Amino acid sequence: MDKMLTGYDAVAEAVKSCDPDVISAYPITPQTDIVEKLSEMVADGELTSEFIKVDSEFNAASTCIGASAAGARVFSATCSQGLKLMSEVLFTASGMRLPLVMAIANRSLSSPLSIWSDYTDTFAEKDGGMIQFYAEDVQEAMDNILMAYKVAEDREILLPALSCLDGFILTHVQEPVELYDEEDMKQFLPDRVPKYTLDPSNPVTMGAYTRPEYWAECKYMVQKALMKSKDKIGEAVEEFADVFDREYGLENNGLISTYKMEDAEVAIVSLGSVVGTIKNVIDEYRDKGEKVGLVKLRVYRPFPVHEINKALEDVEAVGVMEKHVPSGHQAGVAIDTKSALYSTGKRIPVLDFLVGLAGRDVARDNIRNVIEKTKDVKGKDPKEIGFDGEEHWEPLRTEILPEGI
Amino acid sequence: MAAEDKFRHEEDLFCPGHRACPGCGAAIACKLVTEATGPNTIMAMPTGCMEVTTTPFPESAWGISWIHNVFENAAAIAAGFETAYKAFSKRGKEGYMDYDDVNFVAMGGDGATFDIGIRSLSGMLERGHDVLYICYDNEAYMNTGIQRSGSTPLGASTTTSPSGKVSFGEDVHKKDMPRIVAAHGVEYVATANIAYPNDFQDKIEKALEIEGPKYIQVFAPCPRGWRNEARDVVKIGRLGVETALHPIYEMENGEITEVQKIKERKPVEEYLKLQGRFKHLFKMEGGEEIIQEIQRVADRNAEIFGLDE
Repeated sequence: MDKMLTGYDAVAEAVKSCDPDVISAYPITPQTDIVEKLSEMVADGELTSEFIKVDSEFNAASTCIGASAAGARVFSATCSQGLKLMSEVLFTASGMRLPLVMAIANRSLSSPLSIWSDYTDTFAEKDGGMIQFYAEDVQEAMDNILMAYKVAEDREILLPALSCLDGFILTHVQEPVELYDEEDMKQFLPDRVPKYTLDPSNPVTMGAYTRPEYWAECKYMVQKALMKSKDKIGEAVEEFADVFDREYGLENNGLISTYKMEDAEVAIVSLGSVVGTIKNVIDEYRDKGEKVGLVKLRVYRPFPVHEINKALEDVEAVGVMEKHVPSGHQAGVAIDTKSALYSTGKRIPVLDFLVGLAGRDVARDNIRNVIEKTKDVKGKDPKEIGFDGEEHWEPLRTEILPEGI
Repeated sequence: MAAEDKFRHEEDLFCPGHRACPGCGAAIACKLVTEATGPNTIMAMPTGCMEVTTTPFPESAWGISWIHNVFENAAAIAAGFETAYKAFSKRGKEGYMDYDDVNFVAMGGDGATFDIGIRSLSGMLERGHDVLYICYDNEAYMNTGIQRSGSTPLGASTTTSPSGKVSFGEDVHKKDMPRIVAAHGVEYVATANIAYPNDFQDKIEKALEIEGPKYIQVFAPCPRGWRNEARDVVKIGRLGVETALHPIYEMENGEITEVQKIKERKPVEEYLKLQGRFKHLFKMEGGEEIIQEIQRVADRNAEIFGLDE
């Protein structure tokens, strides 16, 4: 069933197929269109979810937590400042082991204010015990919603999960997508079967406070669940392929997918919508006989350490391209990639390219620059480059910077 | 009934063994609430004294289903589980009690209600969730060590509004929270007092009969924060009413429909002098004027609510 849909309509269709009991959301650009569409579906009786028209993102997350604790399948969506406003309670959702799924239309965090896309919003939540999926295109953004529910509600996992898609670049683009057959949905995503609920006939206390003798163990269990979710994501992509006939990184637990990595000497590590353009540029290089490949992160948390290490096993230099800003150290994916490699004993240059910030266009020339700079350090000892030589803003308009910066 | 039967643990919905201070008005309120709501109840409670003293993991004083999330969202948590039950019933989901058979309750202190949680409360009220919100009002942030809140009355010394050489303690009046709630179009708003348990429980039962949001603010003295003797808690509760500083009333659809009349109104000094938080008013030069201002609050209450018999 192919259909031309914008990203926001497509995500709304995916949510509709998952049939949440409760949806609770607040408007924020460029996410708003997702919940507008869901509101329309409820208004037209196509979707029988209860829709809570909340007063803030804070209470979108809070009402989802209350509903999830009761046993409901819940959905919300947000980005940027809205995600920050939710952050306090999202951290508690993982600690309380309450599954909830959200679509995030990635958008920069203020300040300066920007409505355009990068991952400064979701990367800031990396320590919150949430699973984070990223999409290359609209179809993947939809499919990740299904997989997010599958994994988040698994009784061995029970964590919040974010299905991230680039604001505007994916939310507001039209692409042909395949919708889901009802029978297939029943097979892939049956009703949620909660482990504990607030059922008054079997009273429970949720959200008790702990003293130091219990707190660490609670957090240890969250960490174990996050690590376990890697296997569960692997199982989910397999089952997804069986039911819907679309594949996402089957050989890599669904956590990463690789492109022309078999004999690659130079690897680009990236995520999100920019991956499509990177593949095109890699094709150019391959046509010239140059051994360049791509590792695409589908999941940022839990970080796919083993899959990345395996993919980079024979590589001589890595260029990370991420829509994130460093804050007193390097940016997220670069730090994580280097720390993953550390356990292998492999010492190769890892450069960090900060691209596409606040929706700035990432053109083929930028990607060529990234590949050229990474090629230049091929085979070098990281000592020769030095920490300060690893960070590259691609591009940086030095001509508009104040003097002395 | 034998004493041991009366205190059978498994029948208690708010069990002994919690860590609240002797004479804690809020703990009395919790006991009265669970007795009135009965077992078919889900309660959300924000961070605060009652949360901390009743749920030190792995123990819990609660015999009803109970959830704590953060400080400022008990009303939203309750809105969430209430909506979930609405969905379950509409969709015919098996394994869940019927929406109409469950009491959805949120109960929090004045800080979590008047101040940090007012957004969550306002949203829940405005959207018309079938939730009974109970505020136990002890007029300051007691859990963190007696800091002033929007409920702290004029002249009260707290750790962030201390009396001092040039300070009479809190320098503004208490926020009129019941009226703010009523302004949301809430059908039933009432005040109560732990010193009048039957009245409080009658109001809870009445509120639960009403569909949609409803609000009860129960006056709950705090011996630790108010610097009074634990044995005086009920006495102070009664004096709060008898001085007209803390009138007991019901507001239905924005109109005052019921008040507890006062036979012989007492001067506010009788209420103030039992509490260490006001003692500076009796010692400092100029304290008399603050007491007079507090008396004017009582007089205004008496007039507005028609309290004098």
